[in-house]
Amino acid sequence: MTARDQFALVGRISGGRVIDPGSGLDSPADILIDERGRISRIGRSGSGASSVESDGDVLDATGMIVAPGFVDLHVHLREPGREDEETVASGSAAAARGGFTTICCMPNTEPAIADQETVRFVLDRALAAPGRVHPIGAITRDREGKSLAGIAEMVAAGAVAFSDDGAPVGSAGLLRRAMQYSRMFNVPIVEHCDMPDLSADGVMNEGLVSTKLGLRGIPPVSEEICLARDIALARETGAHLHAAHLSTAGSVEIIRRAKAEGVNVTAEVTPHHLILTDDLIARDFDPLYKVNPPLRTRRDVDALRQGLADGVIDCIATDHAPHAEQEKDGEFDLAPFGMVGLETALGVCVKALIETGLLDWPGLIDCLTRRAARAFHLAAGTITVGSPADLVLIDPDAQWRVTPESLISKSKNSPFLGWELTGVVRATIVDGRLVYQDFAAGSSLSTAARRERSVTSTAKR
Amino acid sequence: MTVSHSEQKVEARVKGGKTMPPPKAVADGAGGHDPAGPSESTPGRLRIRHLLGLEGVRREDIDLILTTAESFKEVLDRPIKKVPPLRGQTVVNLFYEPSTRTRISFELAEKRLSADVVNFTASASSVQKGESLRDTVKNILAMKTDVVVIRHPCPGAPHFLTRTTDAIVLNAGDGAHEHPTQGLLDIYTLWERWRSFSGRRVLIVGDILHSRVARSNIWGLLTMGAQVSVCGPTTLVPRPLSELGVEVFTDINCALEAGVDAVNVLRIQRERQSSDFLPSLREYSRLFGIDAARAARLRPGGLVMHPGPMNRGVEITSDVADGKASVILDQVTNGLAVRMAVLYLLCSGPSPAAVGTSGQ
Repeated sequence: MTARDQFALVGRISGGRVIDPGSGLDSPADILIDERGRISRIGRSGSGASSVESDGDVLDATGMIVAPGFVDLHVHLREPGREDEETVASGSAAAARGGFTTICCMPNTEPAIADQETVRFVLDRALAAPGRVHPIGAITRDREGKSLAGIAEMVAAGAVAFSDDGAPVGSAGLLRRAMQYSRMFNVPIVEHCDMPDLSADGVMNEGLVSTKLGLRGIPPVSEEICLARDIALARETGAHLHAAHLSTAGSVEIIRRAKAEGVNVTAEVTPHHLILTDDLIARDFDPLYKVNPPLRTRRDVDALRQGLADGVIDCIATDHAPHAEQEKDGEFDLAPFGMVGLETALGVCVKALIETGLLDWPGLIDCLTRRAARAFHLAAGTITVGSPADLVLIDPDAQWRVTPESLISKSKNSPFLGWELTGVVRATIVDGRLVYQDFAAGSSLSTAARRERSVTSTAKR
Repeated sequence: MTVSHSEQKVEARVKGGKTMPPPKAVADGAGGHDPAGPSESTPGRLRIRHLLGLEGVRREDIDLILTTAESFKEVLDRPIKKVPPLRGQTVVNLFYEPSTRTRISFELAEKRLSADVVNFTASASSVQKGESLRDTVKNILAMKTDVVVIRHPCPGAPHFLTRTTDAIVLNAGDGAHEHPTQGLLDIYTLWERWRSFSGRRVLIVGDILHSRVARSNIWGLLTMGAQVSVCGPTTLVPRPLSELGVEVFTDINCALEAGVDAVNVLRIQRERQSSDFLPSLREYSRLFGIDAARAARLRPGGLVMHPGPMNRGVEITSDVADGKASVILDQVTNGLAVRMAVLYLLCSGPSPAAVGTSGQ
């Protein structure tokens, strides 16, 4: 029994354009879901329209895209420690609103997710969450970068990857041991690539804009040197390195070369690095634009987009980083790094990748689903008969305006407030349950009497 | 004390409401004769509402500040130095960084303009400890302050104030970003002698990377039509500067050869040595220090400036600092006039509606 069981079961999704990059499917189709919330059939649209295999609701997805639920390899849920900013449950709800059914949460909590008890704690909290939550364990004990954390025990408890995110593992020797050790469990080592003595106390990208503003810079080379070091270690140990949130054109080239060489490396990019540039800070020093790695230049944005389109970068991950309002309302220098991103990811990616012609819908969905799941070896991100029905219904042409009130996340530190985004998540389904829906905007989602039930049951929570 | 005298005199003048007399009339009220000045015919209004920096400030605005400052400078030479235009207005000086001359200069300018002055000084360390600017600002707002003069170690702190208060905000230095009144007083000091910047080259020497004075000078001087060059060690001169239309030199001899009408010598902070921007101050002094031999290579009539406080014997030698080409003390005097002008003009508001009634 999980929190999901209180949501309405969906029996059939009919009339939508089903896009599943994993199977190459892109056609109108009906999806049938059984009583256990598993996909029981994927049929031609309209075929046997009356057959429903469970007593679940029928969702009319005409005019919509039906895709695998999105997978986010990089979120910060702030629990334990900063439950005022986000919790496992609230972050998972925000994820569902953004179309994400599976999220992986970083261990930089207080205390850090650095032992099996804390992994279990997070998984226990995830029982109250609408979506799937996989903890990422710390590489080093207490995330202090001094000695190895209990990786085997954390794997056994359910951790899917390891990272000291927020910072890299400073010691090459320790990282090498972690990589060697990780190979026994085939789990990725996720690095936040940064040389602390190069980025020092920098607060934004080092370049023309930082020169104008007098803000201390974080040079692109800080990320690139650490990435190159980590790739050298991955090459030598054979471990799987996953590079978090690439931000520079140089990093894309480093990954491109490493992959060509056959190094076991994967990489992600955030929606914000695919669209925002450092000159936004010059408007009025708004800390909402303060993020680590920092927003870079147009040239970097273009290279990251191209790298994703080329497949050099494996997937999109949000680095959803909630912060309390008072912490982001003050001096740029003193504000913490990070921005929320789960709920705006789809719309921002549509703007950055589809509207620019770099990717089509199947291509974008691939980056948000199969390619992400594959990087962490997660059984998610596809629409397969017999698998749990984790799905998202997207209204591809509908628009919405980002406001603090429109965001479900406990924190509202989004740089996209005020933006008009195209591509609305109308429904998110996990285990066959309708965990999020946006019917109000006038779509023709649910049919007949079942509509009433699904609306009220969702509203009850 | 002559204060009450001047205040009484002007009371009638200010009665009309928010309309403020231009400097000419102000001077008239205080002293009794008209100072000649370009501002006589046009009681102008600035286009800016706050002075956050000189980047983006239009030439007409800088011209207006210079001519207004000239009128105020004349006032400063009178026995009665106090004039009334900020009577009834409250100015708070919010200093989060130690500062002697800038704070005194602002305070004196405010008092000369008859403002009510409140000083708030916080140590930089208390800022780091989380003493929230946001909360301080809310308090200031609650006290119905009209003008906030802020010095803060974080770039953009004055911009934050404009987002969160209705007060007029004057940046008195925000980290390494800008120090617009210093830039204006440097420009005024040159303008007073040159009147036009065309064909003039100003060389800024030193730690450009960390210097708000350099940034404000660069923006202001470029707007006024001067050529601007900078010279300093490669560790302290950001490469993107050349994209701003500034000539970048790392050899002081080359920089001087290009023909320099004024050199603005920046203070070199001793901590740059410990953080490896410089191997030693001795090397800095050897490569970039302005001594008599280097000063002699300025164009005829060339000027030497320094925003202070000086490290004599490091970035500048005493014979140059106290020599004939030095205008360093003029800068201090001009700072007062320029700050009076800026305060006066900003408090007059950007509204053109008042212009018609001000020519009394």
